Amino acid sequence: MAQPEAIIELRDIHKSFGAQKVLDGLSLLVPRGRITVIIGRSGGGKSVILKHMIGLIKPDRGQVLVDGQDIRPLDDREINQLRKRFGMLFQDAALFDSMTVFENVAFPLREHSRFNEKKIREVVEEKLGLVGLTGHGDKMPSQLSGGMRKRAGLARAIALEPEIILFDEPTTGLDPLMTDAINRLIKNTQAKLGITAVVISHDIQGAFQVAHQIAMLHQGRIIASGSPEAIRDSDDAVVQQFIHGRAEGPIEVL
Amino acid sequence: MHGLEQAGEILLLLVQTALWLLRPPWRMRLVFKQMEFVGVKSLNVTILTGAFTGGVFALQTYHGFSLFGAESLVGSTVALALARELGPVLTSLMVTGRAGSAMAAELGTMRVTEQIDALYVMAVNPVQYLVLPRVVASVVMLPLLTIVADFVGIMGGYVVGVHLLGINAGIFVAKIIEYVDPEDIMQGLFKAAIFGLILSLVGCFKGFYTYGGAEGVGRATTEAVVLASVTILAADYVLTALMF
Repeated sequence: MAQPEAIIELRDIHKSFGAQKVLDGLSLLVPRGRITVIIGRSGGGKSVILKHMIGLIKPDRGQVLVDGQDIRPLDDREINQLRKRFGMLFQDAALFDSMTVFENVAFPLREHSRFNEKKIREVVEEKLGLVGLTGHGDKMPSQLSGGMRKRAGLARAIALEPEIILFDEPTTGLDPLMTDAINRLIKNTQAKLGITAVVISHDIQGAFQVAHQIAMLHQGRIIASGSPEAIRDSDDAVVQQFIHGRAEGPIEVL
Repeated sequence: MHGLEQAGEILLLLVQTALWLLRPPWRMRLVFKQMEFVGVKSLNVTILTGAFTGGVFALQTYHGFSLFGAESLVGSTVALALARELGPVLTSLMVTGRAGSAMAAELGTMRVTEQIDALYVMAVNPVQYLVLPRVVASVVMLPLLTIVADFVGIMGGYVVGVHLLGINAGIFVAKIIEYVDPEDIMQGLFKAAIFGLILSLVGCFKGFYTYGGAEGVGRATTEAVVLASVTILAADYVLTALMF
């Protein structure tokens, strides 16, 4: 199989917070127009990887390339231009709690599009419909359940139809039905818009369901990456332990 | 050393805020919203503070001044003290407790729930979106609130001095006009604007760099009120020494 072109490339990223080394020479290629799922243990630095991709965190060492361009030297204006190509769904959705759901989804449109009020209303309704939140636009984020907040966050992330969407644990803390619904939503959104998606997850079943590529993070590095089949058949003991959810094995759990 | 580092970071935030002031888009809607929050909603507390301060000041000075028959100067003393010191300082301290703390809590909550990261991700600069409107609103509204506090305070002094203590009303007012210059009031308002800058900048700074969940938000709020209050009092001394 020919390797599709990489839209994001992380090269030998090192990152420490204080004395704690989180990423230790991590390298990863994210292919364009595909869904890449990064799996790994909680607290292992998966969110930190996403935040590197969008320039929220700068690496201590190493490079983040988007379309082959190193994003580190970019100034404010250039990084904002770059960020407009991204959408991001945060772990707890990070909706602005001073605004209604409608205003949250309209926010990126008001900031970065030249749409008039009528067009904005149209787009917001369409996106809310896409995530199954039609009619909930007037609610405040605090009135929504966790699953609804995630979906509202997703609607906001896709409002400007970005090329790349980053999902930070989109299914954590949801019931199994909502987990499945969100996974389908990610898959359908990606298929429909042809975007690149990077999903952080420790939901193995979901990962195998949505991913074109799975990458496993362990001790600050990507220790395996490939198609779901390749990961399933991997002979790496760490990968096998993780995807089968066993407490005994090379990973020390406690 | 930590204090010095923090002072530097606050100054950096001030510089960033000032730079954003020069660069569109200017978010007038957000500025007005903050003006309402910092100004209009602080009106009651300002009026109460001013009235009682003016009243008690008249009461105290009357007891002292009557010892050597200078009751006629109670009005001008109250008015001068209010215009130069008590109006701006007490108003700013009250607004720090009300609005400065709220700024730290709101921005702090936005920080720990990743809403500030979300602004960055959506290519909106949070200093421009969150900090600038609060700072501008505070710098504009604090002098206005101080005018109210000065006026209400003098009224309070008048009620106590004239109606309760029996000072001649004409003399009370005439001495105010004689001794209080417009500069006294203007300098007080200038101080108020600086205090507005301090309380909003410190409140935003503490909120912006909050870490550690709900506990962190609580810590940021407390630190904002303490640091802003102390800085206001210290700045008051420096400004007074320079101006008068």
